[in-house]
Amino acid sequence: MTTETMKPARSAQATMPLVRAEGVRKSFGNNEVLKGIDLTVESGEVVCLIGASGSGKSTFLRCVNHLEKIDGGLLWVGDRVVGYRLKGTKLHEQSHNEICADRTDIGMVFQHFNLFPHMTVLENLMEAPLRVLKQRKEEVRRRAVELLEKVGLQDKAKAYPRHLSGGQQQRVAIARALCMQPKLMLFDEPTSALDPELVGEVLRVMKDLARSGMTMIVVTHEMGFARDVADRVVFMHDGRIIEDGPAERVINNPEHERTRAFLSAVL
Amino acid sequence: MNRIDAYAPARVGSGNFTVVPARHPWRWLAGLGLTAIILLLVVSAVTNPRFGWDKVARYFRDVTIVNGIGITLFLTVVCMAVGIGLGVLLAVMQLSPNPVASAFAGGYVTIFRGTPVLVQLLVWFNLSALYPEISFGIPGVNLDANQLITPLTAAILGLGLNEAAYMSEIVRAGIQSIDHGQTEAAGALGMPRILTLTRVVLPQAMRVIIPPTGNEFIGMLKTTSLVSVLAVPDLLYSAQIIYSKNLQVIPLLIVASLWYIIVTTVFTIGQGYLERRFSRGSSRSVPPTALERAAKFFRVHSPLAKGKGKSS
Repeated sequence: MTTETMKPARSAQATMPLVRAEGVRKSFGNNEVLKGIDLTVESGEVVCLIGASGSGKSTFLRCVNHLEKIDGGLLWVGDRVVGYRLKGTKLHEQSHNEICADRTDIGMVFQHFNLFPHMTVLENLMEAPLRVLKQRKEEVRRRAVELLEKVGLQDKAKAYPRHLSGGQQQRVAIARALCMQPKLMLFDEPTSALDPELVGEVLRVMKDLARSGMTMIVVTHEMGFARDVADRVVFMHDGRIIEDGPAERVINNPEHERTRAFLSAVL
Repeated sequence: MNRIDAYAPARVGSGNFTVVPARHPWRWLAGLGLTAIILLLVVSAVTNPRFGWDKVARYFRDVTIVNGIGITLFLTVVCMAVGIGLGVLLAVMQLSPNPVASAFAGGYVTIFRGTPVLVQLLVWFNLSALYPEISFGIPGVNLDANQLITPLTAAILGLGLNEAAYMSEIVRAGIQSIDHGQTEAAGALGMPRILTLTRVVLPQAMRVIIPPTGNEFIGMLKTTSLVSVLAVPDLLYSAQIIYSKNLQVIPLLIVASLWYIIVTTVFTIGQGYLERRFSRGSSRSVPPTALERAAKFFRVHSPLAKGKGKSS
């Protein structure tokens, strides 16, 4: 519906969308989790994916940086097809190292932070820029310290993740992803594992990031955040996109019955 | 919370309760009994002249013995190095998506862990019976197996390759103990598999790998005594050389045993410090060093020193 009508209009535009999903399908065994997802995300846009658990929103997010391999359809990030090298009309499956190289443009924040516990906060931030991008140490350190300041943790540079609260750990995780200077940030339920009083500090950092013009896809249950920060809200149900539109409209005036039912349950 | 609040005013108010430490009569009884057994053993060891303590003292720093310790230590270190290196490789192969690689590693473990190490030593020592000439499949290379496989190389091959099978299981368990989220986070940062393994997974797995590896090290130190069947002059064989001449079997076995105990004790202390090093960032309290543990032992076991006293 909404997506179908939007798609031709979008692809006709001169500028290329940053993310474009065309009929993306994914199954785990016999269970089809994504049943044909069509979605475009423009550069600079903040899109929130909402929906009940099991609706496929996290799976779709993980497909975008190829943590999950899709079974059907095409998924573009920039001018590249995720998981494949496009040569003429042939799609060559990428090697693991090529997949890794493509991921350096995409930052990801996980529900459970997944910081490296044996490294200090600063080492967590510097590891990938140093060893994957092979950037100069002083330059990376300067950027890392700047980012820690931005997320309000400059005094925790030498601490180990274990000694931080959940909210602090998640802010470090965001800074770690940003230290790679990505074009796109993926957030997989970034506040779901946090104590309620720690959610705000993480959302504030994400809000700042959205204002700075970063392209973000956020899987979240925080409707307040979605309404205030997202340009668009996408409601997913049972592996399909049911509703896709401006945040204000989808949350306050949902068109679809299922969206209404979901929103009345969570709001 | 509530209970403490309820009691606090009473304690502060009257102010002169006496704390009576718990008594442990069975603990004391067991301690006395064990002390008696130890004393009996010591007395019998000291008074029985057949222990030959004077001979133990004479041969304790004998040149042959000291050289034997050198060989034993050399074999332990080299075989463990072979075992750890090959073990990591086998563990990675076993976890690899390539079915041939994982089957190869699985087969290796089955064979080398499933046969006695003594048999393996003898097979390596007698390799020339199987392959009189070794060419490694390369044309032009023709090595005489009898010259290539000296007792020492047979010992290193036998013990090292056997150890690799055990180490690979230890390393595999360590790698598998690491949360999958770590690999995913590294992958999302664009870190390739090798980098993820060496920088993220293995350093964390070390905490799981080190304690059993320490045991393997100490086990290896003693297993090297098997090479005496290949006439490699390690610590045990050196003792055997001496007692085959002077027939002082027991004193020389005591000399060897004392040295084994000394070296394993040193290893154990080192292991403690290594574990401390690798528990970095993983827990709030690092495990105590041997010294701290000794201090704690004496502190806990002297309740009389400060057990009695008044609260407040």
